[in-house]
Amino acid sequence: MKIRPKIFFPVLSGTMLLIILISLTLGKYPVPLQDIINFFSYKLFNAGNINPEKLKLLSNLLMEIRLPRIIAAILIGASLSVSGASFQAMFVNPLVSPSLLGVLAGSSFGAALGMVFSESWYIVQISSFSFGFLAVIISVGIAKIHKGNSILLLILGGVISGAFFTSLLSIVKYIADPYDQLPAITQWLLGSLSFVDSSTLKIMLIPQLAGIILISLFSGYINALSMGDEEARALGVPVEKIRILLIFLSTVISALTVVAAGMIGWVGLIIPHIARMIVGPNNKVLIPACALIGASYLVVVDDISRLLFSIEIPIGITTSLIGIPFFAIILKNARRAWN
Amino acid sequence: MKSSLELKDLSFGYTKRKILEDINFTISKGQIVTILGPNGCGKSTLIRLMLGFLKPDKGNVILDGKDLIYTTNKELACEIAYVPQIHKSAFPYSVIDVVLMGRIPHKSFFFKYSKGDLEIANDSLKRLSISHLADRPYTEISGGERQLTIIARALSQGARTFIMDEPAGGLDYGNQLRLLEEILKLSEAGYTFIKSTHSPEHALWIADRVIMIKNGSLFADGKSDEVVTSNNLKSLYRIEVKVEKVNGSIRVCVPQKLYQK
Repeated sequence: MKIRPKIFFPVLSGTMLLIILISLTLGKYPVPLQDIINFFSYKLFNAGNINPEKLKLLSNLLMEIRLPRIIAAILIGASLSVSGASFQAMFVNPLVSPSLLGVLAGSSFGAALGMVFSESWYIVQISSFSFGFLAVIISVGIAKIHKGNSILLLILGGVISGAFFTSLLSIVKYIADPYDQLPAITQWLLGSLSFVDSSTLKIMLIPQLAGIILISLFSGYINALSMGDEEARALGVPVEKIRILLIFLSTVISALTVVAAGMIGWVGLIIPHIARMIVGPNNKVLIPACALIGASYLVVVDDISRLLFSIEIPIGITTSLIGIPFFAIILKNARRAWN
Repeated sequence: MKSSLELKDLSFGYTKRKILEDINFTISKGQIVTILGPNGCGKSTLIRLMLGFLKPDKGNVILDGKDLIYTTNKELACEIAYVPQIHKSAFPYSVIDVVLMGRIPHKSFFFKYSKGDLEIANDSLKRLSISHLADRPYTEISGGERQLTIIARALSQGARTFIMDEPAGGLDYGNQLRLLEEILKLSEAGYTFIKSTHSPEHALWIADRVIMIKNGSLFADGKSDEVVTSNNLKSLYRIEVKVEKVNGSIRVCVPQKLYQK
């Protein structure tokens, strides 16, 4: 028996840590790696000496600005990739993404609605999260009222619910104030990690971590679900219960990504493919690997977004611009991996 | 009490169309039972009812004295394993990973496979002489090998009854016969097989008992030699076939119209 997974995790975690360290050095005000290591060894272990002025500067720059943004990128990248991987397995289709059941469309509509009718950022976030959830409830509801193949009905329910909330979003854009609200909505829909403040980070941290860990723990069942409903059932899996639970967890973590940073596309589709090429299809290994690779990927993409040009490019644009050609290139390999 | 799978006054159908009506039979352990019937006669529905995938509209499916509707998926999976028609999985799991899935009914909610599970899975592969496939992707092995993998998974499940929906469908000639050999071997070791097939000869060769379904009703039920007859096949499939003995023992079906030419 091969013990492959044992080497993947140290390598992937090590890579992620390295990417985090390098990303901390990058920015309008470059900080040498040595300073960052000194800063953290001082902060964490009280070791070494840094002059107080520099300490204040680094503390402000790293702890207030760069680190929260990196943590947000990690959480969002991991959440989208993990929910993408679990959806692909659960719906026995390697081409689906976390948006399948309409959560991203619903959350976008909710955010836009909040921006038009409320000044409060808090309300915008609550509205975004709630409508993301509502969109998924509608998809599941549509699947439930009809008898038949539940996977197919869920996908159709998702198409309907997604289209519905996309049209509602158009209405909101149409009535939004074109000088003030519309640009805000548009910017939101393009996604940016600069939206993330520390209070948002505090709200998303625990649920997203918990969601990712729980989905990973269900990966044995996810394997069985990917063989189709009847086989999973015959293997003793309580199919309907597990699926609803997984849809719930995926919805929580992906709705929170929109709440925090707007629409970030493609991550949930391509990362599971890349991860599958590296670690293989077994979800027991794949799902934790997706979390690490997705997190590293989004940190890198965010670095590119904020550094490539003098102004920041919305991260939704960068993930698409990188994701689409990349997907076209890996398509051949990816196809071998699922066929 | 001898353990068994009992179907009692079983009916199933959607509001307008009855698919199965008043099916009654009992299968005791250790038998090979073949279900024969034309396309659309309700064979697959019958199999889905026996696996608990569908709930009967009337009547009961009773496993060892307990109605299936009171059995959890997990309990059922420890008794009955399902071998579907060959299929390709969407993801290229290794053969050993597929066989390990058979251990799921013995695991708790958040589970990890143990060394013991891996041993059981490897033993199942060895029993079917496919140990060499363990690390191959399930999607890249042949149809016959895939079917053996699914049977190995059923063995790891620890179930004593295997329900198979056209297990030979889509297999080439050699693999069909090899599959029958494996089924015969396992049945001698005490496993029960309930399988549907489109080939009456498979029933003649390895089945102890044949159940014929026609238009959703039980048409015939008995020893394979007594049930698979020219008359019954004609009435089931509307075709002239003679059942003949070759070498004094094994029976084969000889199509009459082709034979005359």
